[in-house]
Amino acid sequence: MISCKSNKKYSFLLALLFSFLTVFSSFAQGEQASVSQDGVTAGAAGPDVQAGGTLFKNNCASCHAINEKVVGPALRDIHKKHKLPWLISWIRNSSKMVQSGDKQAVQIFNEYDKQQMPSFAFSDEEITSIVKYIEAESAAPVATTAPTGGNANDQTAQAATDGPGGESIGDAGKYLNFILIALIVLLIVMVITLLIIANLMKDYLRGKKDLEGNDIELVEQRWDFSKVYKSRAVQVIAGLIFFCVLLDIAIEETYGVGLSQGYQPRQPIAFSHKLHAGEHQINCNYCHTSVYKSASANIPSANICMNCHSQIKKDSPEIQKIYSAIEKNKPIEWVRVHNLPDFSYFNHSQHTKVGGIECQTCHGPIESMNVVYQYSPLTMGWCINCHRETPLNTEGNKYYDNLVKLHDEANKGAAFTVASNGGAECSKCHY
Amino acid sequence: MQEKRKYWKGLEELENTPEFINNSLNEFAEFLPVKEKNGAADKETAPRRDFLKLMGFGLAAATLASCEAPVRKAIPYLHKPEEVDPGIANWYASTFFGDGDYNAVLVKTREGRPIKVEGNPLSGVTRGGLSPRGQASVLSLYDEARLKGPVSKSGQTHKDITWEEVDREITTKLAGVRGKVVLVSTTIISPTTKQVIREFGAKYPGFEHVQYDPISASALIQANGGVVPGYDFSKAKAIVGINADFIGPWLSQVEFAKQYITNRKVTRDNPNMSKHYQFETALSLTGANADIRVPIKPSEEGVFVAALYNRIAQATGGQVLNTPAFSQTKELDAAVKDLLANRGAALVVSGSNDLAVQTLVREINRALGSEGSTINPAAPIYTKQGNDAQMLRIIEEMNAGTVGAVIFYNANPVYNHPLAEKVKSGLAKVALKISFADRIDETAALADYITPDHHTLESWNDFEPRKGFVSLSQPTIAPLFKTRQVQDSLLVWSGNNTNYYDYLRTFWQSNFSSGDFNAFWDKAVHDGVLNNVSTPGQTSGAGAPPMTLAAASVAVNNTAKAAKGIELAVYQKSTIGSGEMANNPWLQELHDPISKATWDNYVAIPQSLAKEMDIKQNDVLRVKAANGTTIELPALIQPGQAKGTVSIAVGYGRTHAGKVANGVGANAYPLATVTNNGIQYINGVSIEKTGAEKPIAQTQTHHTFMDRLVVQEASLEEYKKDPTNVTEYIKIATPDGPQSPSKVSLWYDYEYKNHHWGMVIDLNSCIGCGSCVLGCVSENNTPIVGKQEVLNRRDMFWLRIDRYYSSDTHKETSEMGLIDTYQAMEEPSENPQVIFQPMLCQHCNHAPCETVCPVLATTHSTEGLNQMTYNRCVGTRYCANNCPYKVRRFNWFSYTDNEKFSVSNPQMQTDLGRMVLNPDVTVRARGVIEKCSFCVQRIQLGKLEAKKDGRRPKDGEIVTACAQSCPTNAIIFGDMKDPNSQVSQILRREDGERAFHVLEELNTQPNVTYLTKIRNSSIA
Repeated sequence: MISCKSNKKYSFLLALLFSFLTVFSSFAQGEQASVSQDGVTAGAAGPDVQAGGTLFKNNCASCHAINEKVVGPALRDIHKKHKLPWLISWIRNSSKMVQSGDKQAVQIFNEYDKQQMPSFAFSDEEITSIVKYIEAESAAPVATTAPTGGNANDQTAQAATDGPGGESIGDAGKYLNFILIALIVLLIVMVITLLIIANLMKDYLRGKKDLEGNDIELVEQRWDFSKVYKSRAVQVIAGLIFFCVLLDIAIEETYGVGLSQGYQPRQPIAFSHKLHAGEHQINCNYCHTSVYKSASANIPSANICMNCHSQIKKDSPEIQKIYSAIEKNKPIEWVRVHNLPDFSYFNHSQHTKVGGIECQTCHGPIESMNVVYQYSPLTMGWCINCHRETPLNTEGNKYYDNLVKLHDEANKGAAFTVASNGGAECSKCHY
Repeated sequence: MQEKRKYWKGLEELENTPEFINNSLNEFAEFLPVKEKNGAADKETAPRRDFLKLMGFGLAAATLASCEAPVRKAIPYLHKPEEVDPGIANWYASTFFGDGDYNAVLVKTREGRPIKVEGNPLSGVTRGGLSPRGQASVLSLYDEARLKGPVSKSGQTHKDITWEEVDREITTKLAGVRGKVVLVSTTIISPTTKQVIREFGAKYPGFEHVQYDPISASALIQANGGVVPGYDFSKAKAIVGINADFIGPWLSQVEFAKQYITNRKVTRDNPNMSKHYQFETALSLTGANADIRVPIKPSEEGVFVAALYNRIAQATGGQVLNTPAFSQTKELDAAVKDLLANRGAALVVSGSNDLAVQTLVREINRALGSEGSTINPAAPIYTKQGNDAQMLRIIEEMNAGTVGAVIFYNANPVYNHPLAEKVKSGLAKVALKISFADRIDETAALADYITPDHHTLESWNDFEPRKGFVSLSQPTIAPLFKTRQVQDSLLVWSGNNTNYYDYLRTFWQSNFSSGDFNAFWDKAVHDGVLNNVSTPGQTSGAGAPPMTLAAASVAVNNTAKAAKGIELAVYQKSTIGSGEMANNPWLQELHDPISKATWDNYVAIPQSLAKEMDIKQNDVLRVKAANGTTIELPALIQPGQAKGTVSIAVGYGRTHAGKVANGVGANAYPLATVTNNGIQYINGVSIEKTGAEKPIAQTQTHHTFMDRLVVQEASLEEYKKDPTNVTEYIKIATPDGPQSPSKVSLWYDYEYKNHHWGMVIDLNSCIGCGSCVLGCVSENNTPIVGKQEVLNRRDMFWLRIDRYYSSDTHKETSEMGLIDTYQAMEEPSENPQVIFQPMLCQHCNHAPCETVCPVLATTHSTEGLNQMTYNRCVGTRYCANNCPYKVRRFNWFSYTDNEKFSVSNPQMQTDLGRMVLNPDVTVRARGVIEKCSFCVQRIQLGKLEAKKDGRRPKDGEIVTACAQSCPTNAIIFGDMKDPNSQVSQILRREDGERAFHVLEELNTQPNVTYLTKIRNSSIA
């Protein structure tokens, strides 16, 4: 029982150690700007399906979804409803089929308010691949809508659990909490039991008259809290902990000045990327038209919204805001989420077109965000880190041919990263 | 014994009052305000604590304020125009014609705002070159002084009025006009506009359209049958210029510079140059580039031309005139010899407005067989069509009260006509005065209505600067204000309902097009130019008949006899021109190519006169002309100015141009002499010192290069003999004998793998025009600092053009002591040779600036660029101190929001002005160093485009703004790693011949290489 006191001391030390650990681990998290490189892995599906998927997203997804009626019909099991040759001629020129009096064609035409589907000049193979893609998608169960955009499935799932925008808590997490609560209850019960036992034993000892010196001491022992307060060691340790916590908060806050990771402002229109990019799988490029060609990935103008919303959900109060903006000839003032300082130059096309980087790499699981938030810290450290780690996308680009050769000659085995091609120099971003 | 004098500071000291004694004990007259504010009566209160408190509070407040990031809005288009993508520049072909300066241009727009103008390489006239005024034209679009809509005069002020009202009132008044209707304009080179004016005039009997030019070429036109001859300097092997600043603002700056330079570039394989003699009063840009320059008085001009004529007539068998002999026979003989030796490839031009001189010049050119070779009779020049006599007659008619209505289009005679006072008195007698001016200028201030015109960049128009060469201008931005195009106004007033765009199309369809008009039109709008098409041509009003030779001879004799005393030449600068664009701060701050003066005009006086009258630079002189006009301006001692003459530039002294130009300098137009049939830009003057001083802000105050190898030059003879012997290469002593400095180095060399950007500047081709400087300003958002800051040596140009005069004294030949020799070497010659050197960051591979920066704000890139990182710079200025080329600029002020610069730097101060800024380049904050970046934003863009296409960048695709601007291709930029690039080829060719680095002995290993200037200045 003598060891009790010293045990207390150790537990203080443990607590101290623990607090240090948390402080530093939080640091480490702050500095980490991990770049996921598995964003580009292809799914297990065959090449046809993949190609079809790309074509579908780029051309069809703005009007069709697999499971839902959008502008056009839901395409689930379309391969069962129509024969391939029929589909081919329909996709190539639907109005011709309607005019020729094809029964099915006329029926669809009438069902959808006599709205024409635009013609697409695809080859037979391309249309076949699209149908194959739809076939593959139809085979999947309805409930789990696969997230879209960048084949970044695992990333998305993970982000959904702990991202600020995530709503559901994982199953494992739920159990963990139960186990923890159960454990704590058990511990409390144990402590109380032990205290009762200790008291019983003390009482028993007091009852005995022939006690030895040690035992008397033990029985007579009074727990003096003031001694603990006044002990120098405790004071020093408490002071140290207080100081560490303060320092941690101060450093965290200082590093956070000007940082707006997780910034999620309210937007004037409750536009959901989750709905558009996630569920309807509309390609980013469909609205952000200049993302592959310009420095800026422009925010779509109202007339792009009107491509679909002149037909769909016209009465939604949110869509009505767009209508009224057009009527009043007053542009919509979105709140800018991603703000770079004026002295740094960033070019989207350099990263998307040349670098082949997925949108999600920097913008996070955008297809699951109801309201967009800033996923990445957008600090210089974060930029540079990525430039240091990411290998250049040199495949098939004649610009890099000679550079790759020179690099491989000079550094055997080392990756040809952005930084090794000068991508960490000041004037690449600051001018 | 010497008498000791006592001086008092003032009456107080003399009287020695108790207050004075008390005050004199206190060094500071008042208590420091920090204490007073606290109300602390006790003297012992330590202000230090207050200071610390304030500091602490300030720091905390600043920290708190910076914690919260401001909410920024992102506002997309409502209806995005199809061709606009945010972040991508659109280019439109257009034309700038202003102030007699024609340029076919390409306009760069970002998100619908024009931000830069570059030359259109498809043009057969300007061939991709652009003048300084063309560069600056984009800033004039965003001029705050522009009128926001039509105004009418009520009392002494102008009040806003709607277009409907103004049209109604003007058409009513025009219908009831008594007397004739006159349209006064400067030269119009738009065939369609002239058609509109003819149509408008047809409605009003007795209508007259008068063209005049602020600096007139009336005599030249008159002597050549109504047009300016179609000069072609590219065919000229021998050129004699007489007071004609032809690569300056004379007739067609860029076109002539392009032509001129084709025969001035030399290589080992083609070491031939044209020979250029210049006889002139003021040292002009053209004179500075001439091989042999002879200063002559304005009164000697006729004598010289007559002597030249006589000598050539003797040789070719023409009629010899009886005129006085020309004094400087050596140069005359040489000129005659070269002209005669190059018959059929010789050209004589004169900028004189004296009909006798121009008649003789025409005869000389005829005798030399220039017509058909150096003068293209099929393609006369239209950029000047003004008729002095007609304008003078109209001024008389206005005073006589026979003019009922006068309309001013691009014309401001109250400012820029020598008879401004008479114009004013005449205007008072005209019932209806309308001005199309874009601002309430000197003339418009007297007008009843001002119906402001669009800026060129907002309007449709066509231009024919030379017969057979037509170009279009198209709107590159929706009109910023409620202005209306002149042509539209005229069409409305003549009752025509078509708009000018349709009118223009119809005119083009019937005049220039064949086949499918829509396709033709689309191509024309896309290209902006039509070259070598057949056009009806233009005529400039009825000119008086040309002079006979005999009459010319008499006139020359009379002028020579009349001259006495100090003679004044009134001239035009290539920067500010006639003053029409004076409210443009870029042009005000762009240094004059010769004097390097900014923000002012001055009296240029020769050294001899300065010595004689004991005039120092900056002394204010009162210049009194024979016609009674006086003007007070500071003196600038100008080497090369002819003895016994002074010159003053026009274009300054505006009173109604806007806050930038108002009150800058003095107006020199009234100093010109008006004779019966024309204006002579010369006068007899008397000069006296006023005793006052007014500093002239010059960007360069040293004049010679003191025999140092900063610039290098050699004669053509030396070059022909041995091209490897024209450039001096420095060798330094090493244990292994003399070596090139680059062989001895502290640093390891870096191997460039991808690109190695480099620049070659051919000193032989650089004419010093300054177009590159403004190209740089436009591209890189360089602040304009104003006169006081230029005086403080804080000008911010990243690229400057150094001008050096030759000196008579040289270290080797001087017999004086060393100190005296150096002092004498600082003095330029009386008639010096001039050399221009564009100086910019040399992007040294061993850069002295990089090693001294304590915060690594300036570093070297893997592509050879010396990078400057503004957000890292803390402003120690060690780099500027350590830069041997003095090209680093420190931001002393926050030029974007400092009241002090609201006049000189409006493009960064107001939302309107900020529209001109290049969004790809940071606007630098106070307290950081900035400098040439080799236009890294253009390099990055070029590389990105290549990467997107999956290829290497093509040579010529990536060029800096200065190289792009240069009308003579003196600046070549490219990748030195690409063996086929132009830069690499030149460097290989010129290595060991003309290629040199400035201050090579410092072993900075610059990426900018200069080529030695070769002069063809020997006189046989």
